[in-house]
Amino acid sequence: MRARAKDVALSALLLVVGRRKRPRLRRGEHERIVPEQPPDAGGELLAIALLAASALCAIAFVAFYALDRLPNQTQLLGGALGLCFCFLAAALIVTAKRIVVSEQIEHEYPLEEHPHEQETVVQIVEESGDRLTRRRLFKLALFGAGGALGVALLTPAASLGPILDVDPFYGTPWRRGRRLVDGTGKPYRAADVEEGTFYTAFPEGADREELGASVVLVRLAEDELTLPPALARYPAEGIVAYSKICTHAGCAISLYRTPLFAPTEPGPALVCPCHYSTFNVADGGSVEFGPAGRKLPMLPLAIDGRGHLRAAGNFDEPVGPSWWGVRNRSAKP
Amino acid sequence: MIRRAVRFVDQRSGGAPLVRKALRYVFPDHWSFLLGEVALYAFVVLVATGTYLAFFYQDGTAVVHYRGPYPPLRGEEVTEAYRSVLDISFSVKAGLLIRQTHHWAADVFIAAIFVHLLRVFFTGAYRKPRELTYWLGVTMLVVALLEGYLGYSLVDDLLSGMGLAIGYAVVLSIPFVGANLAELIWGGPFPGKHEFFARMYVLHVFLIPILIAVLLAAHLALVALRHHTQFRGERRQTERKIVGLPLYPAYTPRSLGLFSAVAGVLFLLGGLVQINPIWLWGPYHTYSSTNGAQPDWYLGWLIGALRLVPGWDFTVGHYTLVPNPFWGGAAFPLVVFAFLYFWPSLERRFSGDVRYHNLLERPRDAPGRTAIGMGVLTWTSFVFFAGASDRVDVLFGLSYTAQIWTYRVLVWVLPVVVGAVSYRVCVELQRGELVEHERKRAEAEARAARGAA
Repeated sequence: MRARAKDVALSALLLVVGRRKRPRLRRGEHERIVPEQPPDAGGELLAIALLAASALCAIAFVAFYALDRLPNQTQLLGGALGLCFCFLAAALIVTAKRIVVSEQIEHEYPLEEHPHEQETVVQIVEESGDRLTRRRLFKLALFGAGGALGVALLTPAASLGPILDVDPFYGTPWRRGRRLVDGTGKPYRAADVEEGTFYTAFPEGADREELGASVVLVRLAEDELTLPPALARYPAEGIVAYSKICTHAGCAISLYRTPLFAPTEPGPALVCPCHYSTFNVADGGSVEFGPAGRKLPMLPLAIDGRGHLRAAGNFDEPVGPSWWGVRNRSAKP
Repeated sequence: MIRRAVRFVDQRSGGAPLVRKALRYVFPDHWSFLLGEVALYAFVVLVATGTYLAFFYQDGTAVVHYRGPYPPLRGEEVTEAYRSVLDISFSVKAGLLIRQTHHWAADVFIAAIFVHLLRVFFTGAYRKPRELTYWLGVTMLVVALLEGYLGYSLVDDLLSGMGLAIGYAVVLSIPFVGANLAELIWGGPFPGKHEFFARMYVLHVFLIPILIAVLLAAHLALVALRHHTQFRGERRQTERKIVGLPLYPAYTPRSLGLFSAVAGVLFLLGGLVQINPIWLWGPYHTYSSTNGAQPDWYLGWLIGALRLVPGWDFTVGHYTLVPNPFWGGAAFPLVVFAFLYFWPSLERRFSGDVRYHNLLERPRDAPGRTAIGMGVLTWTSFVFFAGASDRVDVLFGLSYTAQIWTYRVLVWVLPVVVGAVSYRVCVELQRGELVEHERKRAEAEARAARGAA
């Protein structure tokens, strides 16, 4: 047993201290390709130390992984693996700079072109086709078949979605008499809606994720409203409802700007946080600033006998971002 | 041992001559030649970490209640996709590290491609015979942008959804076919059918990575066939003769060292620097959004463009032809990439230079190219900057509207100014060199004359 330990210790010592003698170029041997350079013992030791550090970090990574309930486990894991690679990088760079031979060699750039081969290629192609007598027709048939096959192979792609049918874009879940509810499904009472803030409302019992579903409720003083005649009957007791989806890029509008000092500051407006399209809430949702190219759709409101807010119809405009010919039709249930 | 292995392989593949040539393949030495390699190695990290993530990710959009370890979201209605990424972040050991490293690697990947492109452009490396290599590279940039966008859309957090809504609006705004195209991609009006996530998923983890790998292979093959360009550093480096380090032994540890450094930095970032904490954003609903939302850096130029375009749709009477998002979201990147694709041909046309080039030019050697490149770079960078105008408002209290109006002017003025100044600087540098050259010559003559006397 003791003899065994001695052997191990000896071989370990040999591994650390032992160094290879430099091979000499013997007579009769061919010339070197990689030029000869003196060894760099310090560089070797440094690279070995760095490789050892790298290995330690790798082991630490495994340990951090195995130990449960470590605080900051992600940081420890990332630190260990990151440092492992960094030490490896350092070792490799030391290897490159100090251990291996870094000789500059020269090469000719490849030939610019091969005129003879080019000619041969052309000749092969041309000679291969010279049995054809109806060259044009043959080509036409070839392209025709290829094109038709291509169209056929692409046809199943039409199953991806409806095409040439823009009907679904106009649909919204709103119809006359539908109640407006809040996020928990509770119907809004007109009396709940206060000035100076905004509320998000949904059609009762409908899918809220549809672009046409969500609306923003805002109460304005009756004399603040400057609606065009066509929209004059849309508000109910000064409460106005607009689609929550910006007509520019489809983000949800989630900013409401109200003047702190009405005489000098701009009037109340809804603002989209994506590209800051700003819609005037007093005049029916016209674009005041920002990239939106179309007014915000407005939903007509009514108040029922129990004081609940209900839709009095559908939006005056299609909801959501625009497309070619968007205003040809209006929103529909 | 080595001899036996080499003999074994050569006897079965006949590859020894090829290997011998490959080992002595020459790499000219300059730090800027490593930028493309950084992109390559970031891609390797992306594939490795992405594969790990794909073992856990689910692309379902069915609504479930979150019951994981993150208390603020417990009981919340989330999609399966979002839940699976929350689980990767909180429940899978090392999951958060890999996820954050993947995200950082994506940002570094595209940044490295971008800086590599700048190097190639401003040194004229794309000139004959390397136009194909260049076009493949630009195509990889386009594809990488799409890949990154799909990646952060798949998470289905609030920012994913807002980004998808904007992407939907841009597709919808494409003249004539936009609405149909959007229906095809999403399977119906936004937020689309459940299959939409499966479509994004197969693109993100299968089709596009393979496409990038194929483009990359072709790009590298062309680089190797034509050999590297080089600067005219020493006398020995000419249009005909390439000088540099051989692949083996000198270059191999250098390149592997670079790979290790890239991986090391990415894992350190992934472990120590938080990125995209999706649990803070929450799940997406079409009716929610957040203030101060910013995309990953490489899409910032599109946000900026969407914000800068004045608010009009292109309409004839009541008929909308081109909705607004088309200009910033589609036309702007199309113009920039068209410039990049056509530039080598344009330059050849206008300069009449159809020769082969293996030596690089410094930016000052081609003042016209440098001026135009700086102009386009300023244009896109300024639009990129404008995408952060709301942050400028918050940080420095500069009115958002005033900023946007100023930027709408500056975005056209600045590129011209910067282009003109760049041109001037290049010409001055050239003259300075000439003067210096003359001085040296005169001094040498004087010395010689004194020596003779």
